[in-house]
Amino acid sequence: MWIYEKKMEAPVRVSCPDVKFAKMVITQYGGPDGELSASLRYLNQRYSMPTDKVKALLTDIGTEELAHMEMIAGLVYKLTDGATCEDFKAAGWEGQFVQHDHGLFWTDANGIPWSAKYIACLGDPITDLTEDMAAEQKARTTYEHLIACTDDPCVKDTLRFLWQREVVHFQRFGEALNDVQEWMTKSKHVWCGCDREKGEK
Amino acid sequence: MNCENQMAMLRRLQEMEFVAVELNLYLDTHPCDTDAINDYNCAVERIRKLKKEYEEEFGPLMHFGHGGYSAKDHWQWAMGPWPWEI
Repeated sequence: MWIYEKKMEAPVRVSCPDVKFAKMVITQYGGPDGELSASLRYLNQRYSMPTDKVKALLTDIGTEELAHMEMIAGLVYKLTDGATCEDFKAAGWEGQFVQHDHGLFWTDANGIPWSAKYIACLGDPITDLTEDMAAEQKARTTYEHLIACTDDPCVKDTLRFLWQREVVHFQRFGEALNDVQEWMTKSKHVWCGCDREKGEK
Repeated sequence: MNCENQMAMLRRLQEMEFVAVELNLYLDTHPCDTDAINDYNCAVERIRKLKKEYEEEFGPLMHFGHGGYSAKDHWQWAMGPWPWEI
């Protein structure tokens, strides 16, 4: 069950609107390495995980990613605050205005809509946790690119917070992977490559 | 000003709740760290106090019963500002 708390996880501030940058930041809303992908990936994978530890971790990080998605939405909202059609045209984002006005939508920085193809769940704990670690690195890298592309110190602060969280999440998933690998060898759940059933000597 | 006070209170709550989030994730993979559990419980206590203070003045921060009472004469939960407007 999800409960909503009416506040951002961390402050979201802009010095002034910047539609061009909003067009870039939107990749962390609906892009392949964005927060929607992260939250759906983790929240979905938790159903096929074997230990309480990793079910808890995926639930918690997945929930935190929803809060990050909200922060990105807040950033886009403020970066486009008061923007006219002319502002969108000047920023090369007139397609967004025409299709959504000031509405938000899940696309990447090139307007490609979000897809479930961005996420996976193979039901194997090692596979899925490895994907999660890769996802956190990709998100971290994307935030580094975004931070480099803006001069706005307020925006940089908000993005830096999100960047830090990716680093921490990567660490936590690494710990969960170690734990799950231990569990799988103890429970003889690893396929050794031969025809015998798993669990037989 | 009431608005500045609301921002300041929200900021303190944001900071404390972030401590709880961070400890929560850490404890998920280190469930036997009793020092961390103690820190988490301290954060819970602090958050309870900050939330109570905030909600008494500005109404519920959470919905579906988790945010406490609404004022009797108006439905506080739906009132702005909403987080992306602050």
